[in-house]
Amino acid sequence: MSRATLITTAIAAAVILAASPGHAQKKYGPGASDTEIKIGQTMPYSGPASAYGAIGKAEAAYFKMVNEEKGGINGRKVNFISLDDGYSPPKTVEQVRRLVEEDQVLATFQTLGTPSNTAIHKYMNAKKVPQLFVATGATKWGDPKNFPWTMGWQPNYQAEAKIYIKYIRDNIPNAKIGMLIQNDDYGKDYLVGVNDALGEKDKAMLVKVVTYEVTDPTIDSQIIDLKASGANVFINITTPKFATMAIRKAYDIDWHPTQFLNNVSTSVGSVLTPAGLEKAKGVITIQYYKDPTDPKWKDEPDFKQWQAWMKKYNPDANAEDGFNAYGYAAAATLEQALRQCGDDLTRENVMKQAANLKDVKIPMLQPGVLVNTSPTDFYPIEQGVLSKFNGTTWETFGPVVSASNS
Amino acid sequence: MTPGSDHRNRWGVAATAVVLACALPLVLSNYQTFQLTLALIYAIALFGLNLLTGYNGQISLGHGAFYAIGAYTAAILMDHYDLPYWATIVPAGVVCLGAGFLFGLPALRLEGLYLALATFALAVCTPQLLKYKLIEKWTGGVQGIVLLKPDPPLDLPISADRWLYYFTLAITVLAFLFGWNLLRGRTGRALVAIRDHPIAAETMGINAALYKSLAFGVSAMYTGIAGALGAIVVQFVAPDSFSPFLSISFLVGVVVGGLASISGAIFGGLVVEFIPNVADSISKAAPWAIYGIFLLGFMYLMPSGVAGALRVLAMRKTTRQTQGAHVAPPLTRSTGEVPQKSQ
Repeated sequence: MSRATLITTAIAAAVILAASPGHAQKKYGPGASDTEIKIGQTMPYSGPASAYGAIGKAEAAYFKMVNEEKGGINGRKVNFISLDDGYSPPKTVEQVRRLVEEDQVLATFQTLGTPSNTAIHKYMNAKKVPQLFVATGATKWGDPKNFPWTMGWQPNYQAEAKIYIKYIRDNIPNAKIGMLIQNDDYGKDYLVGVNDALGEKDKAMLVKVVTYEVTDPTIDSQIIDLKASGANVFINITTPKFATMAIRKAYDIDWHPTQFLNNVSTSVGSVLTPAGLEKAKGVITIQYYKDPTDPKWKDEPDFKQWQAWMKKYNPDANAEDGFNAYGYAAAATLEQALRQCGDDLTRENVMKQAANLKDVKIPMLQPGVLVNTSPTDFYPIEQGVLSKFNGTTWETFGPVVSASNS
Repeated sequence: MTPGSDHRNRWGVAATAVVLACALPLVLSNYQTFQLTLALIYAIALFGLNLLTGYNGQISLGHGAFYAIGAYTAAILMDHYDLPYWATIVPAGVVCLGAGFLFGLPALRLEGLYLALATFALAVCTPQLLKYKLIEKWTGGVQGIVLLKPDPPLDLPISADRWLYYFTLAITVLAFLFGWNLLRGRTGRALVAIRDHPIAAETMGINAALYKSLAFGVSAMYTGIAGALGAIVVQFVAPDSFSPFLSISFLVGVVVGGLASISGAIFGGLVVEFIPNVADSISKAAPWAIYGIFLLGFMYLMPSGVAGALRVLAMRKTTRQTQGAHVAPPLTRSTGEVPQKSQ
């Protein structure tokens, strides 16, 4: 190499180096580039929980819409890789490792299931990869101090319990609460929420807690115990099959407390109809996204948009399935967080922006339910609207209620 | 072809396989190494099941339960008693040996399909029993147990994934050598004799009851060791990890890999690990339908499993080379079938 070339090369190199700060706003972590943002996910498309697969398909359809109609996010197409884990934690570990180590995704999004997310919790935080908006309601996903790379999305079980207690405090004087819970971490999560909300002062309000095992054939004796305790408020923390049994038994033994039913068992078709619609009248729950079967949304702009999207991008899905609304809203939340990132698409900034959602309005959430996060608040949705079952459908009443962890 | 050359040949193939297995992680990424480790672990489990189903003719649809017991034994020892990971393998094997032997005793009364159903019951109830509240203190209930990833010893300059791969490979080789030694001698002949003709075997003085329950125990031991390794490598155990489908995929792996064949377990392990991934990459809408098509294809094209098909290929080659020489027909026995009913 002659001296002249050497000097030219050196100058060229210097110019490039000097010029690069000019591009400093554009920063990319793994999985991000000028043209693409790579997001990964595991979903139970097969296996015992395959009904949830509808969520993954809806989210893929949402990003397809973003790519085709909005030209992606800040000009970058979303490359959404959704893999099947069959709801088996070892498979989740394998697939997530593939996403992080082989596909090099920027973040994972809505990995589904409490056991599956527990299996990858430590790994994601050790690798410092955002584990965003996980699709489970357990309370442990909002722990920024110990797990700064993991964030929940839907209202967590404790927050839901706190909303019920708040309502009871304000509206039912001399409440005596009886509670039925499933004997696992899901049921216990609610119990923690109730105890926290009652505090030392009102501890006595909770007069009886009974549990059942998922293997129990019936829960008749538990309901009889609750009635015998003299409770006039019944908090029903059960999965669909048991929710049906509890509502029916309470009615049949002539026990008529004010009933609260947790959000996971509010399907009219699969829970309330088998229990007997008449027997479920007056049951209260909380809703945070719009139920597609509810006729009152039909003129709302976001609902119309959702319907058009369903027709165009998700035509094979069941239009009455609430999971399509859930997936749509969750994907919209990620879109917002990524938009806020601008041209700084590093994993650090993705996490920073996900923790910086301020009063964000997300389509298909109940009117007034806003997404809020902060560096110390990793629970995006902590609001809902109380709804009462009127014998045919859920009817929302009262204002938006929240149970932010304060 | 003399028996001696055949013997040397087989050692040659095995040695080549081990050398190849040692070299593979050097060219693979950590993630691919991790997948191979899982395939090896499944191979150990399948070897155990093969011992029972392939050699002894007892069908088990419940080996996922022993896999779970092994995994939980290792996890509890590491989590509650702070045992290092390598020290949990033997206890897991011993616990499963006992559990398998005890389960084998009542199972003696059951044959064929009835045994398959009884063992299936074991697979079905395992995930729920693991959630049982009296043992929740140890098992962690539905939450399961999260384990720490072991580091390579002596500050070896390799990644944790590679180290675990070599650790698993060493145990696999040991386990296979032990099993091969067991099967080529008296014990192996007794197991096969019981499978092929139980009455004749007893007439020859073989204690069928003892051998059958021992086969169950040793088989469970292998699967338990695999379970312990699985827990260490995946770093997590939970009831949902051991669904009944795990047991079924073990049986699928044994049959597709090759019944009554030692190398069949290796092929089976690769099938159990990789076919679901291939199916998922072909179709998200119906991964199980693709899985089913694969199974049909395997069974139609290789009725005696991958190992059997390779054996037939190798034989054809030798026949062509040494034309006119007498070659014994390949062993492709079906299992559990008694050739002649004695009635």
